[in-house]
Amino acid sequence: MRRSWRTWAPGLILLLPSMVLIGIFVYGLIVANVQTSLTDQHTRVGPGNWAGLENYRTLFGDEDFRYGLRNLLYYTLAFLAGTLLIGFVWAWLLERGLWGEGFFRAVYLFPMAVSFIASGVVWRWLLNSAEGDRATGLNRGFDSLHLGFLSNEWWSNERWGILAIAVPAVWQLAGYVMALFLAGFRGIPEELREAARMDGASEWKLYRHVIFPQLSPVALSAIIIVGHMSLKVFDLIVAIAGDTNYTTKVPAIDLWTEYSRGDYAISSAIGTVLLVIVAVLIVPYLVYTFRQERRR
Amino acid sequence: MGHKRRAWGAALAAMALLATSACGGDDGGDGGGSDVEVFTWWASGSEKAGLDALVAVFDEQNPDLKFINGSVAGGAGKDAKNVLASRLQQEDPPDTFQAHAGAELTDYINNGQIQDLTSMYDEEGWNDVFPETLIERLKQDGKIYSVPSNIHRANVVWANNAVLTDAGLDPKAKYASLDEWFAALDKVKAKGKVALSIATDWTQVHLLETVLLADLGEEAYNGLWDGSTDWSGDEVKAALEDYSKLLSYTNEDRQSLDWPDATQMVIDGEAGFNVMGDWAVAAFDENQKTLDTDYVAFPVPGTEGVFDFLADSFTLPVGAPNEDGTKAWLQTVASPEGQEAFNAAKGSIPANTEADTSAFGPYQQTAIEDYASDQIVSSLAHGAAVPISWLTDVTSAVAKFSANGDVDELQGDLADAAEKAAG
Amino acid sequence: MTTETLPDVPKTHTPVRRHKSGSIISLILRYALLVFFLFVVLIPAYVLFITSFKGPGDATPSRAWLFPQEWTTDGWKSAWDTLSPALWRTFAMVIPASIISAVIGSLNGFVLSRWRFPGADIVFTLILFGMFIPYQAVLVPLVSLMGDLQIDKGVPSLIVLHVVYGIPITTLIFRNYYSSVPQDLVEAARVDGAGMLRTYGWIFLPLSAPAFVVVLIWQFTSAWNDYLFALFFSSSRNGPVTISLKFLASGQLQDYSASMAGALIASVPTLIVYVVLGRWFVGGLMAGSVKG
Repeated sequence: MRRSWRTWAPGLILLLPSMVLIGIFVYGLIVANVQTSLTDQHTRVGPGNWAGLENYRTLFGDEDFRYGLRNLLYYTLAFLAGTLLIGFVWAWLLERGLWGEGFFRAVYLFPMAVSFIASGVVWRWLLNSAEGDRATGLNRGFDSLHLGFLSNEWWSNERWGILAIAVPAVWQLAGYVMALFLAGFRGIPEELREAARMDGASEWKLYRHVIFPQLSPVALSAIIIVGHMSLKVFDLIVAIAGDTNYTTKVPAIDLWTEYSRGDYAISSAIGTVLLVIVAVLIVPYLVYTFRQERRR
Repeated sequence: MGHKRRAWGAALAAMALLATSACGGDDGGDGGGSDVEVFTWWASGSEKAGLDALVAVFDEQNPDLKFINGSVAGGAGKDAKNVLASRLQQEDPPDTFQAHAGAELTDYINNGQIQDLTSMYDEEGWNDVFPETLIERLKQDGKIYSVPSNIHRANVVWANNAVLTDAGLDPKAKYASLDEWFAALDKVKAKGKVALSIATDWTQVHLLETVLLADLGEEAYNGLWDGSTDWSGDEVKAALEDYSKLLSYTNEDRQSLDWPDATQMVIDGEAGFNVMGDWAVAAFDENQKTLDTDYVAFPVPGTEGVFDFLADSFTLPVGAPNEDGTKAWLQTVASPEGQEAFNAAKGSIPANTEADTSAFGPYQQTAIEDYASDQIVSSLAHGAAVPISWLTDVTSAVAKFSANGDVDELQGDLADAAEKAAG
Repeated sequence: MTTETLPDVPKTHTPVRRHKSGSIISLILRYALLVFFLFVVLIPAYVLFITSFKGPGDATPSRAWLFPQEWTTDGWKSAWDTLSPALWRTFAMVIPASIISAVIGSLNGFVLSRWRFPGADIVFTLILFGMFIPYQAVLVPLVSLMGDLQIDKGVPSLIVLHVVYGIPITTLIFRNYYSSVPQDLVEAARVDGAGMLRTYGWIFLPLSAPAFVVVLIWQFTSAWNDYLFALFFSSSRNGPVTISLKFLASGQLQDYSASMAGALIASVPTLIVYVVLGRWFVGGLMAGSVKG
């Protein structure tokens, strides 16, 4: 850094276009979005007049929007718990290496390559809520396996419907979390295990006290990645339940509805709410990363 | 060297934009003097067949003009409306676009996006060929902004004769009221069939509107849209109770179906009844079912003598690239030939009373008769009665009711929606 | 765990280490569980496959899980008719978008790791934040901005968007990758009088192939699978395959065999990338691990 500007200036110049683009498309637009959300521009043609926090009051005063937020919370918790648990179990089953590992890993991971829209096609069929004679999908499968008690109305349930959407989400991302954990397992030096074994630690103790603690940074990473994906959920819901279904409402769906009817002020406000939620999760993480970088 | 570096940076910045403009150009828009871009959401099934037939007439009447299909598929017109809205906003309108006749046009009119066609109506003598009842509904502050292509009826019950007979019902029976109909639904239900098939949210709004019409009667129903009928009142409440009861006869997987699935359940004998607009007749035709022998169609009980109407229409956008082309398209749409060809294929009835309908199917014949004699009201679910924004709120309320079945909440939400729309 | 575990992009595929531990019973148990999960994961694939070959005769719910009575390719035909134009558009969109993103990411990554300027860390963190924002937070003004820039809807708009919003992730991957190139090499080049671009071109570019593969795969799959931008910036007439597939699947005439065939068709390119380049794909996932 103490070198002359002649040395580093070209680097800055090279980076400048990207900085400008990010400056406009990320930060500039966030500002523009917040601005619109503070006006009464409830039409497509602006500009509106200053309205202060009116739109936010409308949103948080609206029981249905709060229901969407609640859904988002449930979904995120289920998505996180599901992917972390299953991903971890898969990684654990595979980490010591066994014959066919590559095959298992490939199969577990493949849903990741598919778009939510494509997987939504099949999950819409699987999660069909008809029961009895008209049942198809999983409900029909349960019936023929004599597991009829598992049949349920899936995403049409008012209270728990959103959790049904988390099922396909977990299916798609669990393999990804597995890959993260697997890399974490493999990153643990062999000497550490050997040393513990020398000390006479049992296999379980080895995991409990030596290996698992080493994985917590991986878990943090996974939480950040899956968590912020989860907060943006939209495609999957649209593909499975459609964009007007009540039980699977989340803020991103509301934004689309409001945008479709031309209410720009409210849709901007919803976008800002989503940003704040994600920022609460991400900014501390980025600050932490930044400090780590500094320390290097 | 310094120049070089700067050039690198600039090149990089421009790269994304350059590369993209290079692959542009496949997006229409390069309209010459003879192109007429017609924007619709008729992209499949009988709708597309209707459009194709209409285009054939257009080509014949206007050999110098070239029809450009601007149809945008998906979302029952919702995706198309979004695409359209952003094109209008960016002042890049198509030459003409489809819109439901009636309140749906309000937003476009208020935003100054479509042109007044009153003088064209006068010149072409359209005021005489379209029924007065229709013209009335097209007018906004005394002006007309679109040309109707067809008329549909929303308040129709479709029933499977075999299922009804099996349940001990006479398919020819008439039900004077919803209560009489409930008794019939009970019998079908007792046979283990789905008594009333239904599909996703908008079809529920569709059912709701016919129930409101049945219980409130034509006048109070119309009053819902101009504020003279109280959404929070007891009459509406009673109607919502009936709606709630009707919903209890329906299939539980309704949220995952769309209207053809629900209609198909009647065709296949899985369900006894279905309430759907008369575009459903195309589905029965496709399955080689004959009216009266295989299935019956009658007005929703309690709405006898009322024609719950919706119509598609075409507009002249402000700034249309080829205005003469648009006018030629509108003339074809309005012409008896155009209306015959289009409606025969789509299953609707012509808006132009001069169209020759002798070759139309048996259901369409009854619809034509009814339209001439019945009271006309505007459909809620299909943009004739209320603007899009209001309909969005109604749909949300109905979708919520499908999940929680709370009548009071439904009524509250509907009242809020009306209040919000009133401003 | 943050960025510093990431540079080993190509190495994440560590060779299997066999531990002495683990009795036969535990091995059997592990296999049993693995096979059970295998079936669970493959259920949707099975359904997609069999349903796509079903005709109207197999529509009854009671045959839902069974093989078709009569195998027919009608569903595939109608899916292909609907999707094929969109497939070519998607290629026309995804390929340039990934290549441009990779080039930009490579240059940025080089500057931010090995040709740093004062404040580079802050700039990097600010760029990184762009990776995490929910695009919903910028969509409404973005629609107006793209309109003002007069960029055509459809393929051109989507290329711009995937390139711009791809900057953070591609920059990150390359930056981490180049961090593993010894600074000594840079200094040596500098002593030889090489300027920035020459250092990049002579030393870094020739080493970059693995990172390019990772970035190209990543951008390819994420642009291919995108729906949100496609929904706002294109339509079924000029949009990518996700839009057409959504239309096919929720079209008014719900045809499960066609929509499932369509889902398979729309997934083929990313699945091929995944099977053929799977090793790097996993690497890409690792590299994306401070992203999502």
